[in-house]
Amino acid sequence: MKRFSKIFTVIVFVFLYLPMLVLAAASFNKGSDVGAFTGFTFQQYGALFKDHTLLPLLRNSIITAVLAAVISTILGTMAAVGIFNMNKRPKAIAMAITNVPMTNPDIVTGVSLALLFAFAGTLMRKNGVMGFWTLLIAHITFDMPYVILSVMPKLTQMDPDLQEAALDLGCTPIQAFFRVVIHEIMPGILSGALMAFTMSLDDFVISYFVYGPNFVTLPVEIYNYTKKPLQPKIYALFTLLFLVILALMVIMNLLQNRDNLRRQAGRGRGRA
Amino acid sequence: MSKELIRLGDVSMVFDGEPVLDHIDLTINDHEFLTLLGPSGCGKTTTLRIIGGFQTPTSGDVYFDGQRINDLPPYRRKINTVFQKYALFPHLDVYDNIAFGLRVSKLPERSVDKRVMEILEIVSLRGFQNREVTSLSGGQQQRVAIARALVNQPKVLLLDEPLGALDMRLRKDMQNELKRIQQALEITFIYVTHDQEEALAMSDTVVVMDKGCIQQIGSPVSIYNEPKNAFVADFIGESNILDGVMREDFLVEFFGHRYRCLDKGFGKNEPVDVVIRPEDVDIIAPAENVLCGTVTNVIFKGTFYDTFVDVQGFTWLIQTTEFCPVGTRFGIQLDPDAIHVMKKSKYSEQFGDYSSYSDEYDELEADPEGGADEE
Repeated sequence: MKRFSKIFTVIVFVFLYLPMLVLAAASFNKGSDVGAFTGFTFQQYGALFKDHTLLPLLRNSIITAVLAAVISTILGTMAAVGIFNMNKRPKAIAMAITNVPMTNPDIVTGVSLALLFAFAGTLMRKNGVMGFWTLLIAHITFDMPYVILSVMPKLTQMDPDLQEAALDLGCTPIQAFFRVVIHEIMPGILSGALMAFTMSLDDFVISYFVYGPNFVTLPVEIYNYTKKPLQPKIYALFTLLFLVILALMVIMNLLQNRDNLRRQAGRGRGRA
Repeated sequence: MSKELIRLGDVSMVFDGEPVLDHIDLTINDHEFLTLLGPSGCGKTTTLRIIGGFQTPTSGDVYFDGQRINDLPPYRRKINTVFQKYALFPHLDVYDNIAFGLRVSKLPERSVDKRVMEILEIVSLRGFQNREVTSLSGGQQQRVAIARALVNQPKVLLLDEPLGALDMRLRKDMQNELKRIQQALEITFIYVTHDQEEALAMSDTVVVMDKGCIQQIGSPVSIYNEPKNAFVADFIGESNILDGVMREDFLVEFFGHRYRCLDKGFGKNEPVDVVIRPEDVDIIAPAENVLCGTVTNVIFKGTFYDTFVDVQGFTWLIQTTEFCPVGTRFGIQLDPDAIHVMKKSKYSEQFGDYSSYSDEYDELEADPEGGADEE
């Protein structure tokens, strides 16, 4: 039985990671045919960094992801604190409303955002509203629930006396937040920000409906590429993206682990 | 000494339709050590939170130094709090925790340093300033919490069951220490506890509460010796609470015997509750016209024995220094000052008999847990 579960685990991991391995292998392939590995080379990576169409696209993606992550983290944290301080019933309702956009199909979110922007554009008598700003607003919109969901448990775990202690020692509620509460919920804020960043970086479906010709992100442009045969340097780009996201995820897990350990240590000694 | 500092006038508090405080009137004097004492759910913590500004009473007024402070937020009150679970800031070390309030009020860093060092000395934590608060023991965390509050030189210090999480030895030490600090700094302490021994040992004034009402206010001695009703008598120390009839001033009858007492002012033949403390009973040889009882159980308590005695179907607790084995029959002698007569109250029939002593004891053991969850 134990043996079986081990084998099963391996099979699951193979299924999950085999496509990535194939991609990584293809990025080091000398030949352009995916079917045959003709020799190892960094050539594709060299070509990638000399490419003048792909790199600006990557830059656009990163700018969007960073801005969307920062703004949605600030707004999402504020929202989480606000929802946390609500009474029981409004709180449950607010959390349900927060969860809906996450389970909503991306394509529905994308189309409805596109309609909204078009409508707003008509109201403002402006042609071609789609561009950087619509893209950024859309990204902030779908990032925010993730931030709220990762900050909320930290607020719940926090000893409520801490905030009262800060008020007791002369802090206004705002000062109490910045001097005490934010330190307690920082792991949640950080993991929310990282999650928002990765969600933004690889979003295609929603972006596809709200982007404009002057500001295109990498996933959107690559979709256009797939109509022609893919260039091998794109494999190199994807491999790098995968590694960056993987690194972020590892960092996020490490942060969470450290926080859990600290919490346990504090509790254990505090009781003694 | 007896200048009024805080006054609660007709304060009531209702949570979700549940009354928690029921028309409380309370005056707290400057430099007083006042304890709010009662079982969990009696409203003592709510009273403290209203004084601290963390809750606004549903009705009634709170005065501080003559000013109405109902709507004054906690950060504007010259009151600091020691929280039940200390609520130290985990991201700051001992020094920064204590300096927190001073820095919020923008005191120059040199004065901050001086005051923090002084207060570390007072709470016997010199040399601990750079320690992480999570690395401290419960007793040390407790001292940091007290220092963090006191360093702001508040007019009033609120303490919410601050010794609840400490073990017995440490509790006793901290009790003495708190009393010493209170006297040295001449600050008003308002202390919340469910531990009657703690309340008696430390307080100038004890306020006994139950079910959102104040049952009695008085000095520890007067509360112990002259409880106002059966609840107070039962909650403070051990008591045998008997049904009696006041025959005339200074003469009370129970179990068919008449006793001289020191109480007067009751109606002729008025039914009353009679309190007899277990340590005030003298054992004599059984005789014809003496109240007699039979020992049903004995528990050795170190300096004395808890002897349970069946008297006409009612179980008394008597504390004796000599061992009386189960089955012994003896007479009970009561001096006039051993008898305390109280008016009947709604608590009259609920307390007094020790036939279910062991059950009651278990309840007391479980109580600290219940107290921690109190709203």
